[in-house]
Amino acid sequence: MSAFLSWIATLPSLAQIPLVLLAFFAVIALLIFFIEIAPRSGRKYTIIRAAACVLFPALIFLALGSVLWAAAAAAVFGGLFFLLDYRSKQGAGYLFQLVGFMSPAVFLLAIGLIYPTIQTTIQAFMNSRGTRFVGLENFIWIFTQDTGIRTVLNTVVWVLIVPTVSTIFGLAYAVFIDKSRGEKIFKILVFMPMAISFVGASIIWRFVYAVRPEGQEQIGLLNQIVVWMGGQPVDWISNSPWNTFFLIVVLIWIQTGFAMVILSAAIKGVPAEQLEAAELDGTNAWQRFINVTVPGIRSSLVVVLTTISIASLKVFDIVRTMTAGANETSVIANEMYSQWQGFEVGRSAAFAVVLFVMVLPIVVYNARQIAKQREIR
Amino acid sequence: MTATVPAKLPLDKNAKKQLARGEKNGAAKRTKKRLTSRGATIAALVIAVLWTTPTFGLFVSSLRPPEEILRNGWWTIFQNPGFTLNNYTEVLAAGNSTLNLAGAFINSIAITLPATIFPLVIASLAAYAFAWIKFPGRNWIFIGVFALQIVPLQMALVPLLSLFSRGLSIGDIELFSSLNASNSYSQVWIAHTIFALPLAIFLLHNFVSEIPSELIEAARVDGAGHGQVFFRIVLPLTMPAIASFAIFQFLWVWNDLLVALVFADGRVAPMTKLLAEITGSRGQDWNLLTAGAFISILVPLLVFFALQRYFVRGLLAGSTKG
Repeated sequence: MSAFLSWIATLPSLAQIPLVLLAFFAVIALLIFFIEIAPRSGRKYTIIRAAACVLFPALIFLALGSVLWAAAAAAVFGGLFFLLDYRSKQGAGYLFQLVGFMSPAVFLLAIGLIYPTIQTTIQAFMNSRGTRFVGLENFIWIFTQDTGIRTVLNTVVWVLIVPTVSTIFGLAYAVFIDKSRGEKIFKILVFMPMAISFVGASIIWRFVYAVRPEGQEQIGLLNQIVVWMGGQPVDWISNSPWNTFFLIVVLIWIQTGFAMVILSAAIKGVPAEQLEAAELDGTNAWQRFINVTVPGIRSSLVVVLTTISIASLKVFDIVRTMTAGANETSVIANEMYSQWQGFEVGRSAAFAVVLFVMVLPIVVYNARQIAKQREIR
Repeated sequence: MTATVPAKLPLDKNAKKQLARGEKNGAAKRTKKRLTSRGATIAALVIAVLWTTPTFGLFVSSLRPPEEILRNGWWTIFQNPGFTLNNYTEVLAAGNSTLNLAGAFINSIAITLPATIFPLVIASLAAYAFAWIKFPGRNWIFIGVFALQIVPLQMALVPLLSLFSRGLSIGDIELFSSLNASNSYSQVWIAHTIFALPLAIFLLHNFVSEIPSELIEAARVDGAGHGQVFFRIVLPLTMPAIASFAIFQFLWVWNDLLVALVFADGRVAPMTKLLAEITGSRGQDWNLLTAGAFISILVPLLVFFALQRYFVRGLLAGSTKG
């Protein structure tokens, strides 16, 4: 595979697309072929299956450029696996098919997410070259440095403000435009920032925040408004601590559309009878909203809040492009990248672990929700 | 998942009027009256204007001559008229020593298309297995995969990079050799594929498991294997979900900066990376920045407007569940 990828890299950019897709689909077709013949009986199929059991692991190892006897080990596994399958209650080929469907995803997740997570966790307790165990030194460094504390605090500020404000705006907007004329266009206007990259959004907002010295004509909209009101131009993204809030506005601008679309759909799912009944009881619009609509869309609210929380914990692009963390605006993801670039791998990993610990409660909560749902089914 | 999207019936004017007349005393009419007060409409209008103005300003600016952009604000366009496409030609040629923005645009396409298709295929295979093959520990593994979704990418980037460049050995046994593929797209493709998998598996599983079991059992009774069921029944029926996730994945990969910064070096860098670089080095050249930003958001906006219907449906599929 390495050779193939090296070869393909020498081709023109756009020619690489069809070739790599073709190669990919060939592998998938082979996989589906073996899945399909797996449950058939007869000596011929048995031999093909047995061959595949050896062939596939061997191929994977060879593709990754392994030594020969790693392939032999794979063969032993293949044989064992075939034997187990042969005695399986669910019929011949069952385990074989299961592995066929699952292995690409599981394999990629193992090398791309599970192994790296473990590796990063270990690195967080090592020195910057990864040669010596230093215990909690990296974490102590983060939480004793002014900039380190500031970074963590900034992340906390992001995760407190962005989800709340975008959800409130999104919800209000969804309620305001509900069943109004031109609802669809209203939705598109606010949803559009979702399609814009964080880098693009950062440039858009840098332009809004642009500042000119007093007396010159302003080119940034926000400062122009300030000048019109009789104020003095402000350098929005340099003045700590308020600059963090002006960066936060960008993420709110992006995420509100997401909240609005989901909550709007949820609002339409609230039964009209309940609203009617509440009205007959003599409640006003606000009471109906708080007592009927909000409980009715509770699960959607939770989804929106968690999704945006995770997005704001991991925020990177906005800070990177607008300030690169200067003037005390850094967040964990940005600091982790900066440390890594400065060859401080241990500190970088420690930042990643801090981030993981902050995401963990959200993971646990969501996983439990899914576990509940699956039990119901 | 709950089907919360109301059916949009293709009504002509007369039919609409008739329906409205019928509803005059109905619930729908009264609900409508209650909810669209004047204040709410004005508030909605204000929000809509606030949300659109920054993008609009950027667009107008990108079409103005550089001197004008630096001299006065875009809202004075009528006092100081003047349009030009020079900013666009200039920014397409701008960049660093190895790459200009036009090349980066091609790179973005070359990175995004395979990185959209790979995870979808692999995830739909896994989603099928989670939904329709019974195996011990299925629920727990599925929850495990879901939980991986929120492991921050930041934790995975650096070890994965060293896995690509140095390989992995335990003792003397070399498990993987290095990929030997720096300065090619393969690292970015693989990285994006891996990082997309947990969410893709989760969302597609929600769709796949909603297929009526009678349909699949009938096919099984007729002698179809899992491979055939997957191809003939599951894939066609989940096409809407696959389409919506494809749009999502396309936008994410196109808009991504972090993975690109770590995995796409030198001449394979996508547009976001180059644009971030230009922002850093030529942050006051607003004619370049505005035009560059608009080129970078052009493709996502086109995809967004063309396929908006599927896009929203996909959002709802995974999220308003339960």
